[in-house]
Amino acid sequence: MNNIGLLTIFMLSVFVGFEVISKVSTILHTPLMSGANAIHGIILVGAILITGDAHGAVQLTLGFVAVVLATANMVGGFVVTDRMLEMFKGRKPTPSSDVVQNGGAK
Amino acid sequence: MSTPVLFAYWVAALCFILALKGLSSPKYARYGNLIGAFGAGLAVVVTLSLHGLGHRWFIIIAIVFGSLLAVPAARLVKMTAIPQMVAIFNGVGGGAAALVSITEFVRLHNTDTNAAASAVVFTAIVGSVSFSGSMITFAKLQELMTGRPILVPGARYVTSVIALGALGLGIATVPASSVPLLVACGLLSLVLGVLFVLPVGGADVPVVISLLNAFTGLTVAASGYVLDNTLLIVAGTLVGASGTLLTQLMAHAMGRPITGVLFGAFKGGSTAGSTAEVTTGDRAVRSAGADDIAILLAYARKVAIVPGYGLAVAQAQHTIRELVDLLESRGVQVFYAIHPVAGRMPGHMNVLLAEANVPYEQLKEMDEANPEFTSTDVAVVVGANDVVNPAARDQVGSPIYGMPILNVDEAANVVFMKRSLRPGFAGIDNALLYHPKTTLFFGDAKDSLSKLVAAVKSL
Repeated sequence: MNNIGLLTIFMLSVFVGFEVISKVSTILHTPLMSGANAIHGIILVGAILITGDAHGAVQLTLGFVAVVLATANMVGGFVVTDRMLEMFKGRKPTPSSDVVQNGGAK
Repeated sequence: MSTPVLFAYWVAALCFILALKGLSSPKYARYGNLIGAFGAGLAVVVTLSLHGLGHRWFIIIAIVFGSLLAVPAARLVKMTAIPQMVAIFNGVGGGAAALVSITEFVRLHNTDTNAAASAVVFTAIVGSVSFSGSMITFAKLQELMTGRPILVPGARYVTSVIALGALGLGIATVPASSVPLLVACGLLSLVLGVLFVLPVGGADVPVVISLLNAFTGLTVAASGYVLDNTLLIVAGTLVGASGTLLTQLMAHAMGRPITGVLFGAFKGGSTAGSTAEVTTGDRAVRSAGADDIAILLAYARKVAIVPGYGLAVAQAQHTIRELVDLLESRGVQVFYAIHPVAGRMPGHMNVLLAEANVPYEQLKEMDEANPEFTSTDVAVVVGANDVVNPAARDQVGSPIYGMPILNVDEAANVVFMKRSLRPGFAGIDNALLYHPKTTLFFGDAKDSLSKLVAAVKSL
């Protein structure tokens, strides 16, 4: 794709990235960071592509290390995020979405 | 690439946007994460089945190997150690992104355009900083090294020189198309990452992890540009942007500008100064045993529990719940006051207490809890320190001055459960420990709480 096309995608992604998380509640800061962390594990796709085209021992070694590291980032990231969020299940928040504000004195 | 592959990448990008959206709302957070995992899995499977992909089995073995390393680690890690785990995963991601574009550069360096070569240099610098910086945050949180800021005399000059050196090598790499120069630039950036994180104080480390997370996102986006892969550009940029915003939100929760966290707040030995000026010296503290404190709690009308990292370390979340249930059955009104950055990460306490099934209604966030303290009889601080330190409110010179705190000093009585008089993670003395209305209860949080439970039961 040409550079202007890529730049447009970049610009729109910046705004979407800001917009989608702008209303995050404090209790989700950690899981959100961890989930975003897992998403950039998508570099695994890049690692696979370069290893697929690799020639010679040096490139293959670099590719192998990149695939292993990227897999650890992606798989580990999603698993650890799920573990954090598991902790939230089985809770009975009050019907409205902003449960914390509603949880006043009994 | 064929249209079906590109379409699969498009679906994956959509999944990532929905994942971030879901992760920002308590109701859909878990689905969000699963959608993200689905998108990532789809993109990987499609890439692996690309027609004409070389070394397919070699790659699959590498993926299996990486999963075997990561999954047990992620499943078995203790809740208290999760921040470190996130730091490690972030670091290896940054390293992988740098390796991807460096390998691409090694493969094609004669045909690269200047723009692509610049993107390679960007990933080499930022990816390396993210990798080594994350490893240092891991070491700090794992307490392999001190959590206090490490200030070497002249470190700022050394850091500046190394940053300029890395940048210079990077700029030289572009026209020369030279692999050795690029490698040197990457290695120097690894050093830069270490120097960047060393001076950051313990309590600020989570903010830095979030920033490095955003860095890795941008590195992935730049790698996407090098490989001409739209999915990597979209996913990397999404994480870069949302990570930057999240970093700001976290810094804001601590009442500090992000530049203060990174450079300003702890500079010039201010930590050492503030500890020296209020030395523990001969000031008296009052400590008491379980029985006295049990009576204080059992006959109170209203009790506030302020949990901190000590609660997490001792894994005392179930014991504290037992104590609170016991007090409530005696008619005491109890609430938990949650500071947004108590523990080692924002939301750490919520996750921990959720594990013990503490009802949502008992949790109060800082803004909601602070007006309650004036009518609270006893505030029990369990393994927290910096987040209740009045110096953040009153003492202008203090390194934590300006950070919003829980005003436990407004309660009629304060009970501190601590292992020792050691200052908190930020290394700052807490005058509240020596206040006449404060009682200290020394010991491991879990032991102390068990003793309290037994003592309240026998009343």
